[in-house]
Amino acid sequence: MTTLPQSTDKKLGLVIDLDTCVGCHACEISCKEWNTSNYGAPLSDVDAYGANPVGTFLNRVHSFEVKQENKPAQVTHFPKSCLHCEDAPCVTVCPTGASYKRTEDGIVLVNESDCIGCGLCAWSCPYGAREMDALAGVMKKCTLCVDRIYNENIPERDRVPSCVRTCPAGARHFGDLGDPDSDVSRLVAERGGMELMPEQGTKPVNRYLPPRPKADVEEIDVLAPFLQRQDEEAGGFLGWLDRTLEKL
Amino acid sequence: MHPAPSVIIFTTLSGLGFGLMMFLGLGFLDVSGWVAFVFVAIAYALAGGGLLSSLFHLGHPERFMKALRQWRSSWLSREGVLSFLTMGLFGIYALLWIFMDTRVAWLGYLAAASAVATVFATSMIYAQMKSVPRWHSFLTPVMFLMYALAGGALLSTQTYIAGLLFLLLVPVQAMIWVVGDRAFGASGSTMGTATGLGKLGKLRLLEKPHSGNNYLLQEMVYKIGRKHATKLRLFALAFGSLLPAALLVVFPASHVMMLLVILIHLTGLFAQRWLFFAEAEHVVGLYYGQR
Repeated sequence: MTTLPQSTDKKLGLVIDLDTCVGCHACEISCKEWNTSNYGAPLSDVDAYGANPVGTFLNRVHSFEVKQENKPAQVTHFPKSCLHCEDAPCVTVCPTGASYKRTEDGIVLVNESDCIGCGLCAWSCPYGAREMDALAGVMKKCTLCVDRIYNENIPERDRVPSCVRTCPAGARHFGDLGDPDSDVSRLVAERGGMELMPEQGTKPVNRYLPPRPKADVEEIDVLAPFLQRQDEEAGGFLGWLDRTLEKL
Repeated sequence: MHPAPSVIIFTTLSGLGFGLMMFLGLGFLDVSGWVAFVFVAIAYALAGGGLLSSLFHLGHPERFMKALRQWRSSWLSREGVLSFLTMGLFGIYALLWIFMDTRVAWLGYLAAASAVATVFATSMIYAQMKSVPRWHSFLTPVMFLMYALAGGALLSTQTYIAGLLFLLLVPVQAMIWVVGDRAFGASGSTMGTATGLGKLGKLRLLEKPHSGNNYLLQEMVYKIGRKHATKLRLFALAFGSLLPAALLVVFPASHVMMLLVILIHLTGLFAQRWLFFAEAEHVVGLYYGQR
């Protein structure tokens, strides 16, 4: 069914802390590793060792620079994956019903055996969360590691999305954003978690925690005293020579 | 957006084919027998050829029948269902026309209405995309329908109606471009809203996520040839509607004349449709510092 559920029992999603993310891309790589070898078609690469490598990724880390006037520039790393929107346009545009949102936990998935690879869902997503696999010809997207989080064959601490389990900085959090008392919901409330592109009306579930404001300090350049030009007048013979030559 | 040839051919040819079906269904063109057969064949070749071309855009064309299932929610699915319905209705109408020499008016009207609905559904595939502000407008269906009607009038040799529609298309197309140029700015989506970092200061992309290319950039951040946009717009306007209108008004209709006008219109139409895709900017470009 490609109509969206009226409501979902849970709203599973990610909370990504932009203050903590160090931009190491480990989430991106662990995502590729887990998802290329588990649920669905592998995430293929084309020309992987050639001049123009192109590959399918479900998570990508962008880096932005924010600059306020008279203040040092601030770098923010920005991991981006499917936001598992409540009003997901990628679900309703699908002509086959391959794209769907689960009623039990709100995860947006693709049934690959029904996908005709028309690419319309990728067009409809404002976030660029879906990528067509060049070899499999079907649409790939973040599954919120649906094959990990309910998997009783792996240790309990591993039953979170691969990106969350991997993040060395602890910048990624996983939980039920529909439950106001969950850890992730409290984190969002405390830190003012943001929706991406709210004007698109997609009602994303994932939230981003903004970078904390930097302390207002004067720009201190520790090397400045050592780099100042030494223009003092030379004394003695050289000073006389300098002054004499100046007069000529 | 990437102007894939398969999709350009699909939207242009199927638009013309369904436009022709509409005029034939409404009872225009007073012919019968073999001549009727030729016109019916042209309509089917265009509509069917266009639909066939759209299959090349799919990753799994062999599964296309599955696309007919979700007509309740998906415009693409509705388009598929409606195009089959139109071709079925028009097929019965055409068989009676060619072999029994009777044109069943109500059946023709039904086929014509279905043809219009098909073109409308095609246009809504694009118009529904909030993520592509230039397309997300009622002007997109207006544009698709007007080109289909004008082309259908031309192909069914209704020179007067075709000339009038082409004349009307000139200001409408110009307005669509003017409005479209402002659409992205008016959508409110910026790099600031895309990242939520807009409030913190002046924002710029420091590093792309990867050094190479990816599907998103190839498909949705297409920029090649935009520098020629103004020239192409003038070309599309001249060949797509202005010149056909002028030729239809000035010269008396003849087979050679009509063929020439059709070819001129088709060239302009291809340019117009290429621009429709190439000029459309997807908001995902904001994550890459590009629009």
